[in-house]
Amino acid sequence: MTRRGLTLTGLSVLVLIAYPWVFSSNYAINLGFLVLFAAYLGQTWNIAGGFAGQTSFGHVVFFGVGAYVSTILQTAYGVNPWIAWLFAALGGALLGWIVGVLSYRAGLKGAYFALITLAVAEVGRIVANSVPITKGGLGILLQADPRPANFQFRDPVWFYYIVLALCLLSLLTAWQLTRTRFGARLAAIRENEDAAQALGIDSLREKVKCLTLSGGLCGAGGTVYVQKYLYIDPSIAFGVDKSVEMLLVSMIGGAGTVLGPLIGSGLLHVVGEVTRDLGNMLPGVSNAQPLSLIVYGALLIAIVAWLPDGLMGLFRKRRKEARRA
Amino acid sequence: MIFLCQTVAWQVPDFTTGVRSLANCAANRQGCKGEAIMSHRQARRHAISRRRFIAGSAATSALTFPGVVRGQAKAIKVGLIHPVTGFVAYSGQQSRIGAAMAIEDVNKAGGIKAMGGAPLEALLGDSQSKVEVGVSEVEKMNEAGVAAYIGCFQSPVGIAASQAAAKYNTPFIIDVGASDLIVSRGLKNVFRLKPGFGRCAEDAIVALGEINTAAGSPAKSAVLVHESGEFGTGTAKLLAGKLPSIGIEAKELIAHDNPTRNMDNVALRIRGIRPDILIMSNYVNEYTLLARTLHQQKVDVIAMFSVLGGGFNYKLVKDLPEVAENMMDYNHWFNPKSGRAQDLKKRVQAAGGLFTFEVYLTYNSVMLLADALERAKTADKDRLIEALTTSTWATDIVPYGPTKFVNGQNEGGRAAGLQVQKGDIQVVHPAQFASASAVFPKPKYN
Amino acid sequence: MLTPEILFAGVINGLMAGGIYVLVAVGLTLIYGVLHIVNFAHGSLLMLAMYSVFFLWRKPLGLDPYVSLPFVTAGAFAFGYLLYRSLIGHFSHGKDENILLITLGLSIIIDNATLFFFTGDTQTIDVAYAGHMISLGPAVVALPKLVSFGAALLICLLLGLFMTRTDMGKAIRAVAKERQGARLVGIDVEGVMAISYGIGIACLGAAACLLMPTFYVSPTSGHAFVLIAFTIVALGGMGSFKGALLGGLIIGVVESIGGLWLGEQLGQIGIPLVFILILLLRPTGLFGAAR
Repeated sequence: MTRRGLTLTGLSVLVLIAYPWVFSSNYAINLGFLVLFAAYLGQTWNIAGGFAGQTSFGHVVFFGVGAYVSTILQTAYGVNPWIAWLFAALGGALLGWIVGVLSYRAGLKGAYFALITLAVAEVGRIVANSVPITKGGLGILLQADPRPANFQFRDPVWFYYIVLALCLLSLLTAWQLTRTRFGARLAAIRENEDAAQALGIDSLREKVKCLTLSGGLCGAGGTVYVQKYLYIDPSIAFGVDKSVEMLLVSMIGGAGTVLGPLIGSGLLHVVGEVTRDLGNMLPGVSNAQPLSLIVYGALLIAIVAWLPDGLMGLFRKRRKEARRA
Repeated sequence: MIFLCQTVAWQVPDFTTGVRSLANCAANRQGCKGEAIMSHRQARRHAISRRRFIAGSAATSALTFPGVVRGQAKAIKVGLIHPVTGFVAYSGQQSRIGAAMAIEDVNKAGGIKAMGGAPLEALLGDSQSKVEVGVSEVEKMNEAGVAAYIGCFQSPVGIAASQAAAKYNTPFIIDVGASDLIVSRGLKNVFRLKPGFGRCAEDAIVALGEINTAAGSPAKSAVLVHESGEFGTGTAKLLAGKLPSIGIEAKELIAHDNPTRNMDNVALRIRGIRPDILIMSNYVNEYTLLARTLHQQKVDVIAMFSVLGGGFNYKLVKDLPEVAENMMDYNHWFNPKSGRAQDLKKRVQAAGGLFTFEVYLTYNSVMLLADALERAKTADKDRLIEALTTSTWATDIVPYGPTKFVNGQNEGGRAAGLQVQKGDIQVVHPAQFASASAVFPKPKYN
Repeated sequence: MLTPEILFAGVINGLMAGGIYVLVAVGLTLIYGVLHIVNFAHGSLLMLAMYSVFFLWRKPLGLDPYVSLPFVTAGAFAFGYLLYRSLIGHFSHGKDENILLITLGLSIIIDNATLFFFTGDTQTIDVAYAGHMISLGPAVVALPKLVSFGAALLICLLLGLFMTRTDMGKAIRAVAKERQGARLVGIDVEGVMAISYGIGIACLGAAACLLMPTFYVSPTSGHAFVLIAFTIVALGGMGSFKGALLGGLIIGVVESIGGLWLGEQLGQIGIPLVFILILLLRPTGLFGAAR
């Protein structure tokens, strides 16, 4: 990244750290949490989908597995939540590894890979609904006991900072992917897998590593969600909504870019807010949420069609043109 | 399987509020005096919030609708959080209608007289069926200084939202939400007026037992079909456990997914088992599909007895009258013998709507709150919670006894036995509220 | 519990359900085979077709779904054709994932536009013959289900004839096999692709008419069929009609027996599992061409 890019990023990070001091209402902090959380999950998707070109439609399965692992360990086995968090990440990583090995060994790519991840998420949902350890459709309630040792906090600002830290961690990871050989290999695989293999890259190994990393980070996100909202059930854990959310946020911001998911998350929030206000202004309109979703769908189409590098691609284009001028 | 309509819905920080708070913060550097027990940060936020609250409510009272503010009394804000968009938008909107009607009635009668005629003011929030959004609304309304919340139709949202409200010790009245997890957390600010599925299941068993006995006990076996979520699973397990106590054997529990493409195999299994009673606990689509399939296949049972059946409503009766005829449900209902209930029903129907359970349950929640405010004579949170906890509020709109909260659950509430008879829905149990007697067994198909 | 009678009835039920799945899958496999498009919007378009059946059935038109079948099918064809020409056609030449994402975006738009205009209420149609039951040995089948089974087979037959006997059918097969070659011999490839997409959606129109007498429509009701349609197409082989027909019936029966054996909830796991297994072990499916 250029020095300008680094300064900008550094400034943004400072802004994000300072945010709860400026907008200090619980409501604003809560919203900040949601934006950063969506950006974090989007970044985990981006690592596989953007950097390695492995578009996945079922990424929520890692989130769900992470959420259930840490919750079940806490409630049924009395494990400390922080330790359970580690296991959640490990669970997500393990699942990522399994899905990666199975799918890539079978040579699945592109749409086939996307669809198989969707099917895996669906299996997850059905299993979660059917087995006693997850309490099935009843869901699991975490007893509210807000102590830091219990990974629960009375003041929501702690969750904000935890998610900010995770977000920064994922940004760093993504940034590393742009600088290391591992990332370069993934980029080669993304651009032309056959050529990459011809160059001697073991694409199977790299893709599996990538999906494992992505799954692990995503699983960690699952735990944070349950610690904050204290409840999980199969539809929250494995519903397609989150998969689509992760995908949208990355694609619109710029798949394969470092800041893409963060920008995408910010933009989609703004869009959501604007369309809701629009909905409130239109007479006789009582349901505005579909409007915002229609806009998201249109944005997705527009981005895929005209701005395949998302918003970040737009910035890059402008910068290139500015330099040429 | 894919519920894309419930995807993504976000809100952006309220920037104007943030800017104002920044200004306040700068001006209010000494806001931490006397808050030694809180952290410095928390104290500043607390002070800022209070200042903003005062600034905010001054602005709001200047803007309140004319005719509602009487004299000097400041409006009491009530936060309403319902899923008015998305999948269950209809239920969310019905809930809002009930709450709006109640607030209107309270204000028309002179507001909260013990507080100088203070009117109630509704703050409307859309939970969009999502836990995160419901919690976000709680936070937003807390900034606006609500005295109490009413919501959220769906149990998971209600659980999370009331947990969030507990941070501020703000009373949270659950209007609809069947899960008994809601009232099992030891939270002092949570109140549920309507009975949970535990209580409904028990009462349903009693009702079924009495109706069966009155007909000479023809029913000896039952099959339970339920949706695989928390509502269906919980209800079915409870019922299965209690059926033997009224002499009925629970032969099988059939769980199904949401959504289900067809009920043919469920019907097949039911035909194989030949139960006397079919008990259903599911949501509207699957309920309707199963009822239709069984009707089409002319499966004879002594009764179709749903407990909290999601599809048992006026729409089913209107759209599929033959399927609905003689179906029974044990569900939340209004008291047909109450003049006030009938008036409310007429009012809702005059506006072109249906008088569904969301309407009167939310109506009651508002009335409960109004009564508590009268007795507490203040909107102070501790006193209001105290007033709610000791409430004995009673109404004849629903077949409840006087309110009695135990751990946040009203023990005085109950559901009623209903049956579709000749294109209308009658209450058939308990006797004191009944508008007709049960047709049991229901006539066979040939 | 699983007596031979129940198994037999289960198989019959599965076949009947499979009939509808076949119609949904046939459109999908045609679109993939010819256009190499994984049409993620398939479920949403099915839902739109079902809504049109509903509105045609309502007063003042009061058209029975079997009567409106030719109109809905024709309308669906037109809609699909126009949709291809205006939107999808422009992007069908890029990467697989891109078109998948575009059809995903499209399905989000369609679902939410429907939710916005028609609200989330479930709608059903009540036709007199929906209750007629036909006995097939120990099994009892509702008349509309038998009709839909027969109609699905008939439509597959007609489509097969169309593909092999008519000029347009041959042109479609040519484009599917070798696009550049087809262009070189003067076939209007873009037009053929638009027509193929239209036919794929027309199948959904027919499926909607056959489904409505026993099912319901709501803004999300199409999605119940999406993954199962993909599973069938994968099982049968992407692009193979025979495969879609056989695959649809097999899946219908597997789902039915799975439900009887494992319980309706866990039995549902059969479908994504079958899908995963096919993709891992035999991605070309039963009749698909190797890629």
